[in-house]
Amino acid sequence: MTTLADIILEPLGYAFMVRGMLAALMVGAVCATVGTYVVLRGMAFFGDALAHAILPGVAVGYLVGGGAREPLFWGALLAAILSSIGIGAISKATNLREDAAIGIVFSGMFALGIALISSVRNYTVDLAHFLFGDVLGVSNSDLVLTAALGSLILLAVVLFYKEFLVLSFDPLLAATLRLPDRVLEYLLLILIALAIVVSLQTVGVALMVAMLVTPAATAYLLTRRLPYMMLLAALIACLSGVLGLYLSYYVSVSSGAAIVLTCTGIFALTWAARSLKKTHSERAPAS
Amino acid sequence: MGLFKQLSKSSLPMYHVPHEQGSPILEISGLTVRYDGHTALEELNISLDVGERVAVVGPNGAGKSTLFKVIAGVLPPTQGEVQVYGHEPGGHICIAYVPQRSQVDWRFPVTVADVVMMGRISKLGIMRWPKARDWEFVRGALDVVGLAGLEKRQISELSGGQQQRMFIARALAQEAELILMDEPFTGLDFPSQEDILHIIDLLHERGVTILASTHDLNLAGDHFDRVLLLNRRVVGFGDPKQVFLPELLLQAYGGHLRLVQSEDEVFALSDTCCEEDESHDHTG
Repeated sequence: MTTLADIILEPLGYAFMVRGMLAALMVGAVCATVGTYVVLRGMAFFGDALAHAILPGVAVGYLVGGGAREPLFWGALLAAILSSIGIGAISKATNLREDAAIGIVFSGMFALGIALISSVRNYTVDLAHFLFGDVLGVSNSDLVLTAALGSLILLAVVLFYKEFLVLSFDPLLAATLRLPDRVLEYLLLILIALAIVVSLQTVGVALMVAMLVTPAATAYLLTRRLPYMMLLAALIACLSGVLGLYLSYYVSVSSGAAIVLTCTGIFALTWAARSLKKTHSERAPAS
Repeated sequence: MGLFKQLSKSSLPMYHVPHEQGSPILEISGLTVRYDGHTALEELNISLDVGERVAVVGPNGAGKSTLFKVIAGVLPPTQGEVQVYGHEPGGHICIAYVPQRSQVDWRFPVTVADVVMMGRISKLGIMRWPKARDWEFVRGALDVVGLAGLEKRQISELSGGQQQRMFIARALAQEAELILMDEPFTGLDFPSQEDILHIIDLLHERGVTILASTHDLNLAGDHFDRVLLLNRRVVGFGDPKQVFLPELLLQAYGGHLRLVQSEDEVFALSDTCCEEDESHDHTG
């Protein structure tokens, strides 16, 4: 007879599952925290674009490094930083709206990435890993790198908490108070880029934006204070990571997709619960 | 849709001549601002004394918001210069900008105390956390504007007048000497406008200089020491009695204002109003 304990413990017998869980927990916490700013500042499209735009960097790292993980990280980071600078430069120099500039850079970089990877024979398997993640292929050294970069990101979010808060809520105040607003703006973009690079292996580029946006958006429905929103978003993302991996283990679906679907499910439940509570409290005085 | 406004010469209170003592807190000379190929402000020369209450009036697109942004140091002048008394290079931040309510994201997850504390952050310095003294400043500022006890409210739960007062509290927490208020009366009911006017008087007593833009010529005439009538250039600047003259108003508002003159009164019929504003009037 299988008990609940068995259901929970069985997948943990596999080292790759444990490593996958640890990766999902770390990535979830980091992405959701940074994602709070993505949601509040209306940067979801930018986040999605940036996730796709790292593909050529990953491809170059892959072609140069011959399968080693570290070149992938650095290639992705470089591509992300170049893309954010490119988006800013195009919209400034051409007077195009930023979303058009994002569209141009995002599709161009993504196509370049696919072109580079397709130059290698038998590329579909590798491409699928980059697009949809390979959380169960996480190695110990990947975990160390994720932990190091992840703590760096969280540290920056804590250290520059009030500056990012002012910059996001009232850019005019930031300028009036002579905050280094340009520097902070770029720092935030770099943090988003880093979070994306760190999560590459867990969910892949195609579904990355879900990790940035969905947990933070769910938390936004539940709280009206930024620190709690960050904390809740991180908890929701961690929960989704763990539940998603169990789902993927028992139902045999792609792990990245399972994690994102869990996130989406939690959002839908939260939304439904909130709507029910609202209608209930609106009716209450009448009864 | 015309908005009927009455300017009664006899009802204007008597104001004493602006104080001569001390040096000007704000000195603007030869200020011209151009962007996107059009001129927003041209050849402005203005000087404000410490503790003055000045209303800035003029039609939409007159450059009121642009002027505020230049004074706040957010927008660079194309020509000319802006000097702020007491502004030591690189240090002390003595100018506060109170934004228009329509330009604020009220759904942002912050409380009243969070917003007021934002005024303290340049005093705190980067990577520092607020100390007990800073929270005292926040509480004190909220006391002055009559919002004590609402510290923990989410900002969307405040009324329009309370939201406006919260931003004034933020300016106080910043220890500002010059407060720029962008349309502080717009969209507020009469009692809320009275609250803001009362706070402006309190600040006046404390020697804080106030520059407020408004579409309400009555308010500008009755409650401010001087009026700056703006339409890209300075059309008139001085005692309301000397500025609200038919020829100057017509010059500033052109076809948007119809003046009807009776024996000792001037009626101003204005069709410019307030809700849609000069939000497009900046480069961002």
